[in-house]
Amino acid sequence: MLRRDWRTGEWRVLLIALVLAVGSIATVGLFANRVGLALQQEATSLLGADLRLVATHPFPPSYRAAALQRGLRVVEVVTFPSMVVYGQQNVLAEIQAAEEGYPLRGKIHIDDGTPHVAQGIPAPGTVWADKRLLQRMGLQLGNEVAIGALHMRVAARVVRDVDQSVGFASFSPRVLINAADLPASGLIQPGSRISYRILFAGDSAQLADLRAWLKGRLLAGEKLEDVRDARPEIRTALERAEHFLGLAALTAVVLAGVAMALAASHFIMRHLDTCAMMRCLGATQAQVLRIFMVQFLLLGGFAILLGGLLGYAAQSALVQSIEAMREAALPPPGWLPLWQAAASGMALLFGFAFLPLWQLKRVPPLRVIRRELGMPPARTGLLYVSGAAVLSVLFLWQAGSLKLGLTVLAGLIAGMLLFGLLAWLAVRTLTWLPLRGSHAFANLARHGRTNALQIVALSLGGMALLLLTFVRADLLESWRSRMPPNAPNRFIVNIQPDQRAAINNFFTQQQLPAPQLFPMVRGRLIAINNHPISGNNYPEARARALVEREFNLSWSDQLPTDNALVQGAWWGQGASSVLSVEEGIAKTLGINMGDTLTYDVAGSSFSAQVVNLRKVQWDSMQVNFYVITAPDMMKDFPASYLTSFYLPADKAQASDALIKAFPNLLLIDTDAVIEQVRQIIAQIAKTMSAVFLFTLLSGLAVLYAALLATQDERIHQAAILRTLGADSRYLRRLHLTEFAVLGALSGLFAAAGGTLLGWVLAIKVLEIPYHSSALIWLVGVGGGIVTVTLAGWLATRRVAQMSPLQVLQSV
Amino acid sequence: MASILRAMNLGKQVESGGQPLVILHEVSFTVEPGDSLAILGASGSGKSTLLGLLAGLDVPSSGTVYLDGVDIFSFDEDERARLRGRLAGFVFQSFQLLPALTALENVMLPLELRGASDARDRATAALQRVGLVARLSHLPKHLSGGEQQRVAMARAFVVQPKILFADEPTGNLDAATGGQIIDLMLELNGAQGTTLILVTHDEALAQQCGRQLHLAAGRIVP
Ligand SMILES: Nc1ncnc2c1ncn2[C@@H]1O[C@H](COP(=O)(O)OP(=O)(O)OP(=O)(O)O)[C@@H](O)[C@H]1O
Ligand SMILES: [Mg+2]
Repeated sequence: MLRRDWRTGEWRVLLIALVLAVGSIATVGLFANRVGLALQQEATSLLGADLRLVATHPFPPSYRAAALQRGLRVVEVVTFPSMVVYGQQNVLAEIQAAEEGYPLRGKIHIDDGTPHVAQGIPAPGTVWADKRLLQRMGLQLGNEVAIGALHMRVAARVVRDVDQSVGFASFSPRVLINAADLPASGLIQPGSRISYRILFAGDSAQLADLRAWLKGRLLAGEKLEDVRDARPEIRTALERAEHFLGLAALTAVVLAGVAMALAASHFIMRHLDTCAMMRCLGATQAQVLRIFMVQFLLLGGFAILLGGLLGYAAQSALVQSIEAMREAALPPPGWLPLWQAAASGMALLFGFAFLPLWQLKRVPPLRVIRRELGMPPARTGLLYVSGAAVLSVLFLWQAGSLKLGLTVLAGLIAGMLLFGLLAWLAVRTLTWLPLRGSHAFANLARHGRTNALQIVALSLGGMALLLLTFVRADLLESWRSRMPPNAPNRFIVNIQPDQRAAINNFFTQQQLPAPQLFPMVRGRLIAINNHPISGNNYPEARARALVEREFNLSWSDQLPTDNALVQGAWWGQGASSVLSVEEGIAKTLGINMGDTLTYDVAGSSFSAQVVNLRKVQWDSMQVNFYVITAPDMMKDFPASYLTSFYLPADKAQASDALIKAFPNLLLIDTDAVIEQVRQIIAQIAKTMSAVFLFTLLSGLAVLYAALLATQDERIHQAAILRTLGADSRYLRRLHLTEFAVLGALSGLFAAAGGTLLGWVLAIKVLEIPYHSSALIWLVGVGGGIVTVTLAGWLATRRVAQMSPLQVLQSV
Repeated sequence: MASILRAMNLGKQVESGGQPLVILHEVSFTVEPGDSLAILGASGSGKSTLLGLLAGLDVPSSGTVYLDGVDIFSFDEDERARLRGRLAGFVFQSFQLLPALTALENVMLPLELRGASDARDRATAALQRVGLVARLSHLPKHLSGGEQQRVAMARAFVVQPKILFADEPTGNLDAATGGQIIDLMLELNGAQGTTLILVTHDEALAQQCGRQLHLAAGRIVP
């Protein structure tokens, strides 16, 4: 029977729709998966590993053994401050002693005469040093420096390092040495400030396994970090990119659902006929259902296989054809997207086509005689309910984030109801639509196949696509504005109060804008609400470090420009004994609004109340402080000033002049770090555009399949019209008008839905500023008309070529 | 007076399962204006195929048809469509109304295709004539088979065609309703001088036509 149905073309439309649905979900899913993996890899280069453990003591050997046993790669790194001596000069540097294999992720770029990617680490007896050290000491490659008891040759200059951090942690120049030299250096002494790190790399299952093993075994002062913990500025970018990829995958599911909804409604009608016929011939309910069930399983299996192959091929062909993608050398995809596509395909088939067939029970056999009879009233209701239920489950699965999934799902359900109502109204009130042509023509164009279901389905698909378009634009915009080309790339620390005027003059002389100088006082938190605290109150390494060391305090009358208040209000001029805390550190240290903090600054102390919590954009490259107080308390403490500014490449010599003029200043060059972050974000943006393109293409394919579904009826209509004397120009005009109306209405609704949901997504999920745009309406309506007309034209091209007699006889 | 319809060596052959299958062999005949011709024959004898070729709804494998003096197969399909619109009306066994249009709109359609400005009035009058004036705004699916066929009749006659092609117009109707349809058709044939080409199984019905043509296995038999 399947074969017979196939010949009559009944299954064909459903199969095409299903293959394209599975294919597009697989294409987008696989691609998003690859991009996600690539981003993860890129990001891990910031850490030099997938996961790392940080401590201030050596690690027990069991950690390494456990990791190796799980198939992970492991290296240990020891970092400590030490003087580097060259001739008469001493410079305090951060020495990093690594084992062979470092870094596990990312590459170190060096210049040992020719710039290239480093293979391995420095040979024993040699060091690689960064530009800061070479410049400051006037070192050349090949010179010998002393570090502790060692005499080492400078073998290379580090051009681009891995695991750099942004901000103040790396004030000092860095020197990379081979861990084999460490014992002879005599620098590893009890009491020296040594930071131990053990780096791990492997696949996600191995890593998860190791995390689970480590959990509970970690000693006090040991902290496990992945790139998200360690690099907040990358975390937000990554999370947003992941949300975007999730949204793209969701869009593919919505589009596939649309195609299935359109293809299936037609299919179900036909099957109800077949079913009534079989009942007339004596088949029982159960027999009929069993036959259909087998057919559906066969069809589904076949379509999934075909769709999966199609998706895989499309995805790899597209990656090959986009140059930027080829260069990015994306890692191969995992299997998960294929499973998701397969499950989605089956779910769509059963949700949209099989479940509605359960109502077969109520199809009267009399339907054979009087077609208008047996359409049980619940038909459409059940179709929508089962379809929606299936889609909801798919959604939450594909979104990758519950928040994103639920938001989009709620938006879609609201959209479905709203669009349904609007479509119902529109189809009934379309008579106002001024269409050129005669009355019957106009009515055919309006009512031909333009029913509410089609409008709702296309509106939903359009809404998802528009959402993707505009969310992408908003995301790119927000990144661009965060990382402007003139983001500060130099920090100056240790400016003395009496140097402020001279610094300003220096900048004017160099024709640079005068920098904003921030006062800074080093202080240590000694009590919260008058309870003295110490490192022992905090098991977490980071919190302990924050409490045990002094950290930077500043004062101000104004909220810094790129900070935002999360709780409380900013103080006015002349406020006294109040302070503001960054929300992250407040959480780490357990500080709440209204708490009184006591700080020790150079032996004397002050107390103040927390009156607000701030959110800080750490990725802004601006000077930022965890704690800012009202000016009155700290005025009398010894303060130094610091600033950040943008130094264009062609004025680089100004920094040398600055150091010469003010030898006490510490100048920090963050160009390399900024470049690294910017590169990652550029890559995210590029791949987002490609994902978007993919989704758009699969949207077109799905739309085409959906319109194929109404082809039979269209062919029949055309045959009658041609018999009555309509020529192909008339038919073409009719079809184009019909599709244009359908496209315009769907586009209009889609734009309305997209605007609303886009706003919610931007504010609630992605946390980026929302830009309302008139363009969405233009793109919605214009794009709706163009794409639906184009796809419609493709799907009905054949209509004019059939002999009217054949068509009329076949009915 | 020139013949309104003339079939010359009309043949139709199709590929069926890799084998050439001849449906119609070298059929020739002429029909004069105002005549009525019944085409008779067993099921599968090629009646519908012949009618379709006569109306230019399909192209023959050999021979040709002159409709109102023009060789319709020297035209392309669009020109044939316009010719049909100008000259011919159709009634089919399965009615072939457009489901999206009301009864009135279905009847207006051929008038509008010809660019008539008074389409609504003329269509209303035609429906009145077939006794359906109360059903103007009904959709086909809400009409009975006999009513649908009467709408189809009104649609065929409203343009006052020179020639009417009917393929078993009563095949789906009971005897009484079928009789009404035939009476309507013959009455219009008489009143408007419309040439009538009627395909039927019904010998009695065929006898009401001026001439009968018998088909067997794609050939005219005496
Ligand atoms: N496109 C086609 N391909 C194959 N065979 C065809 C085709 N069209 C018609 N036939 C065959 O040609 C023969 C004549 O068909 P036609 O429809 O003209 O018969 P008919 O006389 O109208 O029959 P009925 O009275 O049952 O309507 C039939 O055997 C039919 O199967
Ligand atoms: Mg026939």
